[in-house]
Amino acid sequence: MATLHTVNKSPFERNALDTCLRLAKQGSGILFLEDGVYGALKGTAASEKVAKAAGEHKVYVLGPDLAARGMQEDQILDGIQVVDYAGFVDLAAEHDRVNAWL
Amino acid sequence: MKFGILVNEGPYTHEASDSALQFTRAALAKGHEVTRVFFYHDGVNNGTRLGVPPQDDRNITREWSSLAKEHELDLVVCIAAAQRRGLLDADEAKRHGKDADNIAEGFRISGLGQLIEVAIQADRLMVFGD
Repeated sequence: MATLHTVNKSPFERNALDTCLRLAKQGSGILFLEDGVYGALKGTAASEKVAKAAGEHKVYVLGPDLAARGMQEDQILDGIQVVDYAGFVDLAAEHDRVNAWL
Repeated sequence: MKFGILVNEGPYTHEASDSALQFTRAALAKGHEVTRVFFYHDGVNNGTRLGVPPQDDRNITREWSSLAKEHELDLVVCIAAAQRRGLLDADEAKRHGKDADNIAEGFRISGLGQLIEVAIQADRLMVFGD
């Protein structure tokens, strides 16, 4: 299976998400965690490119990190799946390798 | 499956150490092996026993220590990164003529070869950092 990419920085702070989206092969897994969860929100300057990415990759967001920032699941873009830490472990195990875009 | 964990960020900085802890707990709960946790760069600051966070806050170092005790985890602190930042065990303190050591229970100081080794041995290397 493909690579799981993890993005832990807000797209409004660093360019990690842009780099990830530019280089990830089609069909990759992309997980937003920590401040990276801001990239999963509807109605932001990053929403359009993330929605497009969700059509080309499997995009996930870490639920506990959303909750820690006061965000609800209904604020998340369609096509993005919410996972918990156990789901994060499963994603890491299911993919062939994990690349952290720090 | 075998996981290696790399922590490149100090405690209470952003969230890397918390994420690494939570991931390690979840992996162990699922029956995976966590072969080694390697603390590098500012991540070595997770290994000081002299930290005194407020009582209503989490004590990240203590959480690593107790998790290591419970699951016999190998918590390794990079020696070069540790020496630069004043993290010493008893042997290193003596070797450098320092008056105290500060490494927390369950952590040990070793070299970068330990990171290379776990990267080879583990099925996945999970990187947490800034």
